[in-house]
Amino acid sequence: MKYASQQLALPYFAVAMLLFLLQVVFGILAATVYVMPDFMAAIEPFHIMRMSHTNLLIVWLLIGFMGCTYYLLPEEAETETHSPLLAWLGLGIFAVAGAGALLSYQFGIHEGREFLEQPLWCKVLITVSFLMFLYNCSRTLLAGRKTAINTVLMMGLWLAAIFWLFAFYNPDNLSVDKLYWWWIVHVWVEGVWELIMGSLLAYLLIKMTGVDREIIEKWLYVIIGLALFSGLLGTGHHYYWIGAPGYWQPLGSIFSTLEVAPFLAMVMFAFYMFWKGRRNHPNSAAMLWTLGSATVAFFGAGVWGFLHTLSFVNYYSHGTQVTAAHGHLAFYGAYVMMVLAIITYAMPQLRKVQPFNQLLNMWSFWIMTSAMCFMTFTLTFAGVVQTHLQRVLGMNYMEVQSQLTIFYAMRLGAGTVVAIAVLLYLVAIFGPARQRLPQGNAAVAA
Amino acid sequence: MSEMLSRNRARNIFFGGSTFFFLLFAALTAHSHWYMVNVSTDREGLTEAVARGKHVWEKHSCINCHSLIGEGAYFAPELGNVWTRYGGRENPDSARAALKGWIKAQPLNVPGRRKMPAFDLSEQELDDLVEFFRWTDAIDTQDWPPHPVG
Repeated sequence: MKYASQQLALPYFAVAMLLFLLQVVFGILAATVYVMPDFMAAIEPFHIMRMSHTNLLIVWLLIGFMGCTYYLLPEEAETETHSPLLAWLGLGIFAVAGAGALLSYQFGIHEGREFLEQPLWCKVLITVSFLMFLYNCSRTLLAGRKTAINTVLMMGLWLAAIFWLFAFYNPDNLSVDKLYWWWIVHVWVEGVWELIMGSLLAYLLIKMTGVDREIIEKWLYVIIGLALFSGLLGTGHHYYWIGAPGYWQPLGSIFSTLEVAPFLAMVMFAFYMFWKGRRNHPNSAAMLWTLGSATVAFFGAGVWGFLHTLSFVNYYSHGTQVTAAHGHLAFYGAYVMMVLAIITYAMPQLRKVQPFNQLLNMWSFWIMTSAMCFMTFTLTFAGVVQTHLQRVLGMNYMEVQSQLTIFYAMRLGAGTVVAIAVLLYLVAIFGPARQRLPQGNAAVAA
Repeated sequence: MSEMLSRNRARNIFFGGSTFFFLLFAALTAHSHWYMVNVSTDREGLTEAVARGKHVWEKHSCINCHSLIGEGAYFAPELGNVWTRYGGRENPDSARAALKGWIKAQPLNVPGRRKMPAFDLSEQELDDLVEFFRWTDAIDTQDWPPHPVG
């Protein structure tokens, strides 16, 4: 770590990890209600747990992205962050807005569109804080070296902020509401967030493989090109049934199928660079998360997305547990794992402990990833059964749900294992670091 | 990857292509907006009551259990076509009464069944919410869902 202001990432990572843990807790509560519908019925209804679960994910990923940016930007731009004070202030405001939203939910105070439930004052604070962050980092970028990595990263973050502004537009016409709601939800996760993911991946590969920047940055442009060429019109796969014109069916089917391409390119990119790289980086846990992220994103976002994206398949599968399966693995692979990769890479340097608990970290990787895959499989099976019973045979919704209990029980089990793995991860990155013993047989202080 | 493709060329392709696809996407969205307002939804039927009903739907975050035209939490039944399911297209008065009665009867005292909370809606709110369901049911959804059960 060359620049003192990179240390600003640490508080961001700490807050992000706390919210990550909370997100998993709310996920487990909601999953328990699926298995035992009377669970906590008098204390907290399902819809509050569910909005807490999804909102915490979005908020901690954003805080995580900001932390990643504060970490890598000075190094890439070769200059200190413009204003450390602004970074602290921004984090404070964001944390207040996030915590405020979460607390409000527990008292039934919320807005009503999915994922945009934050009360208006929280939305405004989130916008203010994010703009402070963008201002701060853009000043840093303008003052320093502009590489493809930091340029693409800042572009992704700016675009995320711009598309977020649709959160303030809520027309009375439900179809029009949905039309622009997807301009945030889809264009974020299947569009501009891929710019962020791609640049973080490229950064990690440059640092850990030692492959030429020229080559890595060329790949980065190809990947984000594929992401936006396919992902923008790929929004059409959300426009099949909401009252939009019929042309979205062929258009959305073709372009959202192509959305697999950037994820395939990322997984090829990651492994190709890993094999090509001459450097054997000591942080093998970070390398594991990096390769894992690209791989799981390919399956979760790419393959599981393709599974139900063609309009004539989606006609039957739309709004079933198939979507839940895809959502879980896609977010985990593409964004959760990528942020965890950067944190794993950065933490030893931020804490100034060179050798750290890699083994525990790698265990958490394998346990968390296996459990997320298992959860995805159970939800996929549930979704396939549901699609057949409900959409083909026309069985009543609640009757169908009672046929899916076994899958929901296994999902709860998988979620519990994820929670254990998250705890292991937190211990690995924040817990006691191993002491590096002197080489040879020198006497070790007792 | 081909040596023909330099970093700068890749960058230019990215910027050019993204701009092209964004403009195309924006144009098609604008057309879809026009289509929704004028063709696929009931323009005259979008009354104050429907708008208020949408607000009732949002105020209680119904979307975090139910789905509406397939989007939502998948924890409770699809409501985009609930008006059809309750026979509202044939007999609006009885469908309206049945829907309001169902909401007012929550939570059902059936152990082991998913619980819908009591939201204590006023008569006005109930009427508005049902109006919103009736309006939503009439959206031209390209024949989705495949079966009236939703």
